[in-house]
Amino acid sequence: MASTENMALNLKIWRQKNCSSEGKLVDYRVENVSPEQSFLEMIDVLNEQLVRKGEDPIAFDHDCREGICGMCSMVIDGKAHGGFKNTTTCQVHMRLYKDGDTIVIEPFRASAFPVIKDLTVDRTSIDKVMAAGGYVSANTGNAPDGNAIPIPKPVADEAMDAAACIGCGACVASCPNGSGMLFMSAKISQLALLPQGKPEAPRRALNMVYTHDSLGFGNCSTHGECEATCPKGISIEHISRTNREYVKAAFTYHEKKNAGGAS
Amino acid sequence: MAFNLDSKIPSGPLETKWKDYKDHMKRVNPANKRKFTVIVVGTGLAGGSAAATLAELGYNVLSFCIQDSPRRAHSIAAQGGINAAKNYPNDGDSVYNLFYDTIKGGDYRAREANVYRLAEVSNNIIDQMVAQGVPFAREYGGYLDNRSFGGAQVSRTFYARGQTGQQLLLGAYSGMMKMVAKGKIKQFNRREMMDLVVVNGKARGIIVRNLITGELERYAADAVLLCTGGYGNVFYLSTNAQVSNGSAAWRCHKRGAGFANPCYTQIHPTCIPVHGDYQSKLTLMSESLRNDGRVWVPKKENETRKPSDIPDEDRDYYLERVYPSFGNLAPRDVSSRQAKFRCDEGKGVGSTKRAVYLDFRDAIKRDGKSTIEGKYGNLFEMYERITADDPYTTPMMIYPAVHYTMGGLWVDYNLQSTIPGLHVLGEANFSDHGANRLGASALMQGLADGYFVIPATLSHYLASTPLEKVTIEDNAFKDAEQAVMLQTSKILGIKGQKTVSDIHKELGHVMWEKVGMSRNEAGLKEAINEIRKIREEFWHNVNVPGDTGNFNLELHKATRVADYLELGELMALDALERQESCGGHFREEYQTPDNEAKRDDENFTHAAVWEYTGQNSSPIRHKEELVFENVQLATRSYK
Repeated sequence: MASTENMALNLKIWRQKNCSSEGKLVDYRVENVSPEQSFLEMIDVLNEQLVRKGEDPIAFDHDCREGICGMCSMVIDGKAHGGFKNTTTCQVHMRLYKDGDTIVIEPFRASAFPVIKDLTVDRTSIDKVMAAGGYVSANTGNAPDGNAIPIPKPVADEAMDAAACIGCGACVASCPNGSGMLFMSAKISQLALLPQGKPEAPRRALNMVYTHDSLGFGNCSTHGECEATCPKGISIEHISRTNREYVKAAFTYHEKKNAGGAS
Repeated sequence: MAFNLDSKIPSGPLETKWKDYKDHMKRVNPANKRKFTVIVVGTGLAGGSAAATLAELGYNVLSFCIQDSPRRAHSIAAQGGINAAKNYPNDGDSVYNLFYDTIKGGDYRAREANVYRLAEVSNNIIDQMVAQGVPFAREYGGYLDNRSFGGAQVSRTFYARGQTGQQLLLGAYSGMMKMVAKGKIKQFNRREMMDLVVVNGKARGIIVRNLITGELERYAADAVLLCTGGYGNVFYLSTNAQVSNGSAAWRCHKRGAGFANPCYTQIHPTCIPVHGDYQSKLTLMSESLRNDGRVWVPKKENETRKPSDIPDEDRDYYLERVYPSFGNLAPRDVSSRQAKFRCDEGKGVGSTKRAVYLDFRDAIKRDGKSTIEGKYGNLFEMYERITADDPYTTPMMIYPAVHYTMGGLWVDYNLQSTIPGLHVLGEANFSDHGANRLGASALMQGLADGYFVIPATLSHYLASTPLEKVTIEDNAFKDAEQAVMLQTSKILGIKGQKTVSDIHKELGHVMWEKVGMSRNEAGLKEAINEIRKIREEFWHNVNVPGDTGNFNLELHKATRVADYLELGELMALDALERQESCGGHFREEYQTPDNEAKRDDENFTHAAVWEYTGQNSSPIRHKEELVFENVQLATRSYK
């Protein structure tokens, strides 16, 4: 299916002025698209055309354009990041499309991600979940030697698999419940696996899950679409580990009030 | 205005300077720290680690980022690794060795004391990051693994697959989020710094644009930390992210901060080549690939055979040939120039003939495909996705691209600029890499500045400086905001024929051709004239639709390009005035018979620090002489 010739495409793009106005799909046609072009470069070219006509270009989030910053989003033909395996929108190349294709482009949709404009959504809820416990409380200056605690390679590797999450929110956008379990569990799991994260593991699981639920993210019903969509291939095994951590913590973790020490 | 370029390097032996500094610095009492507010602009490795650490210490931190979350800062894209002098592999590494390699790698154009301190705290960074749960690569015994990077003959690079920057940044970000939850950091996303506010000669605040509403906002503080990265996007095409820009630093420069060595630009040798005029960025292939990949071009000009059909005797492994002792791990500036020379000779490959091969055939034969996949799998995948070529079976094609800027705002040993209270960290400052940065040293410097240097030096500043009360109602804030508003309405009123990108591309073309990998007097003079013409055209013929009242992406781009059009000229001027070759700055007039950079230590062992003197007058070039007390200046050789 890979194209080698330049192509013309029909685009249906979601336009929405701001979070309080109504949006709609608007038709655009782009000609002479090179198969070497990236998907976002195809939209850049369209935007240049719009600017030349004095029209408002399409607002979309993007930054590194190499699949690591997690800034780009978009639902392309019904799938977050276009539904190509282990691929972010910025890594989609036009050779995956063919002349005459119609492509529907919409923002990530979830109640935790309100639309800001066109294809740009507000994902600060991700930061809020992280602020509820997605860290090890190791203040600068406390650290022992990096080799003081050996970590078995398979454990470090599995933690790294989880840590590869780019926080783009595709899991939320693809989940029928709008759940953020995959990105949250990636962090809970990474830190629960590592010895450095263990002291806080129960507290982390309880606080992050509570905050996640209170921000409008839905619950997980093990639908699995998140794993299929995740551009970094994060496994839903991490959700299982999160559930274990959460249940364990719910039964065993108690913090005495006024115990002192932590601030 | 006379510039005070006192580097404030502590006296005493190199090895004890930093310790002595900390022993004698002024401190802010723990209970008093909460009375101070610090603005941190940027949330990359430098800004993120500084914000988290200062908040832990008790300061009130106002943190600003241009993206939708601090976790997106461009440090995240660093691939290969971070250096430290741990000597875990027992290959004889030491703080001194890391210091020496970095000074030599920078072609003797960095400050000894700063670089030594950097090497000294490098080990603490690894410890800190491990403690925060960064999953560095490990051996089966559970201990940390190392690999080699360019310009070093030891393995001192720690890594997390091909995404070390991501893991370190998420570590710093997690520290920030912890302090956001505690209320010690107030985080402001989607804000772009538009100006610095100077009150009574001290940096006391910033004006930012809220990118969503378009409104300007004022913030006041006791000190400002600029951690806004480099200005590589002057070139239009670079490995930088799209919103990485030089405006914050440039606006500070116009408010009185000296800009040092703007011409020192790093052109990274291993990037995916340019393929079309719609292209928006260049993608880096990590330097770590040169641990196992061999760089070559065909010996014959206009070779038409497929690379796999070209036998070894018809291949020129030019890095191994020219630099037998460092081979494929020669430093970046040297490797980039060699690639350019080969292509200039007509030996380049690919459709544009501006590429060389990076070949893993021998490594796969030696170690097996699965080993190579384990080390570089994600990079190979990234390459294949962009080019549709499989690097396991055919060599990668690579070419140099703009990657990093060693130049930046001048800072003293305290990381303070020529404006008191304005501290500059990470890539935004000029301090540690001289004329060429070694691989895996940017992450080290960003985190050294943020975690370990600024907490000490800022405390010294706050404890020893009388700070009057300021509020955002003060005239300095109103005036600065007014100036930004005027510029904005001027840009929006032009409604000309060219888009912002049209003009940026024109500038980028001039910069790449004439202020790029190799430079000469005539070309630089032409560049200055051409940049002035493009700037003129911008101010008469750019078309920015819309208004300030909403999420106006073209306006955001336009204000950055307006600054590039000034900064680009200064880069060319600095390159013209530096009549020597050093590191990434290669002047064709100054080279050895075998095409290596020829320094002029007698006349140019200094940092050039530029003073802004106004729109219509020429900037003034000041000098900070670099004093080498511990290292003998020598011709840098990797042969």
